[in-house]
Amino acid sequence: MSELSVNHLLGIKYITEEDIQLIFKTADQFKEVINRPIKKVPSLRDITIANLFFENSTRTRLSFELAEKRLSADVVNFSAASSSVNKGETLVDTVNNILSMKVDMLVMRHPQPGAGVFLSRKINAAVINAGDGTHEHPTQGLLDTYSAREKHGDLAGKKVVIVGDISHSRVALSNIFALQKLGAQVKVCGPLSLIPKHIESLGVKVEPNLRKALEWCDIANMLRVQNERMDMPYFPNIREYVQQYGLDKSLLDSLSKEITIMHPGPINRGVEMSSDVADSDHSIILNQVENGVAIRMAVLYLLASKIKSYEN
Amino acid sequence: MSQKVLLHAKEIDIILNRLACQLIENHKDFKETCLIGLQPRGIQLTHRLAEILKLETEIDFLEVGKLDLTFYRDDFRRSDKTLTANTTEIDFIVENKNVVFIDDVLYTGRSIRAALTAIQSYGRPKSIELLTLIDRRFSRHLPIQATYKGRKVDAIDDEKVKVHWKEIHDEDAVYLVKN
Repeated sequence: MSELSVNHLLGIKYITEEDIQLIFKTADQFKEVINRPIKKVPSLRDITIANLFFENSTRTRLSFELAEKRLSADVVNFSAASSSVNKGETLVDTVNNILSMKVDMLVMRHPQPGAGVFLSRKINAAVINAGDGTHEHPTQGLLDTYSAREKHGDLAGKKVVIVGDISHSRVALSNIFALQKLGAQVKVCGPLSLIPKHIESLGVKVEPNLRKALEWCDIANMLRVQNERMDMPYFPNIREYVQQYGLDKSLLDSLSKEITIMHPGPINRGVEMSSDVADSDHSIILNQVENGVAIRMAVLYLLASKIKSYEN
Repeated sequence: MSQKVLLHAKEIDIILNRLACQLIENHKDFKETCLIGLQPRGIQLTHRLAEILKLETEIDFLEVGKLDLTFYRDDFRRSDKTLTANTTEIDFIVENKNVVFIDDVLYTGRSIRAALTAIQSYGRPKSIELLTLIDRRFSRHLPIQATYKGRKVDAIDDEKVKVHWKEIHDEDAVYLVKN
């Protein structure tokens, strides 16, 4: 297997386990590349990539931009705040205008679920979904599972719990798909008001008690409470959330085994976890960020290789 | 498809010993020299030569690495298949060293061009030489020549040179394959 089965990365749902393994294998090599004195390779020197961010992002955008630059691609950035979207232009029009400037690939974050899928059907360029509303964030799902695999080896049979605001989290959905394709068991934990009603139809169990969930798992992925996506109050107040679902050092130390703590960032210190947990040896949060660049380089490289050059 | 034997095990053995002697002649105790096998097909040859150098000539200090060229190749998006990467392992400093690239077959010279670019990411070697088991003459696309050559072969473009190693293919042999 040396080629992805897809031409776009729209979600983990649409790719196979072989695709994930190929991305991981390629990312291993890019991880070596980004630890060299000279962190750049010339592979994508004739590719132009537009980063379209219709929603705020720091980490993902930086990570994609670094990945693109380390592959020698030409990069243009676009953020909705300063664009003609505010003047009433449609998404397809905006993108087609950008593509007329000879852009080969698009990395897009958009508040609407399915925006990536929609765009990939309308335009002639490879699309990478960098988060579409509450739907999927595939590169995050890949880098989380890659980081977990780095620490724990093969994920088949491993137990992972995703804690927090599952309803509003695209990271949760991409993680669930990626973990399940790699053979891991997944539970979700959080206030029932923040857990989608039909989540069990994905083969995911719900455990409302944080201590029980942590005792069960090998890896806990703590999600951020996405206040900005909440159109109504889902729990009484932050203090009550912290009491029931916040992870602190005394809870972590009282568990009968050592577990690995992950967080997709940005952390609300003192809400989903306390500072001493975030900075402890159990946490692989900064490894996740480093791996993010390698994973995105692998995705860009593998998708770019499916765009045929002008002579073909 | 037909195939012809170019080199038998015995001949390969003699050639490897000669190449090892030539390396010693130029690099003496290998204190300032490192051997870098080019992924994927130069690795086995590199192991063999390192083995001969260590066992039969009592060289105890030898730096050996692997270099992958995938991300430096000039046929990215021009061949039908995605180029998949292999591991690079260079656990030593190449700055100011004499680097010897090792590959099984020298054909168009494009891999070597990629290797010359790739090695720059690790530093500026004092010199770079090239050792190949088979040199396919008259088929170069670039002005690149090997410093140490096992056997020169004249083969036309639709022929392939296949190198077999006993560790992988259960025999040491070089074949010329015609389609």
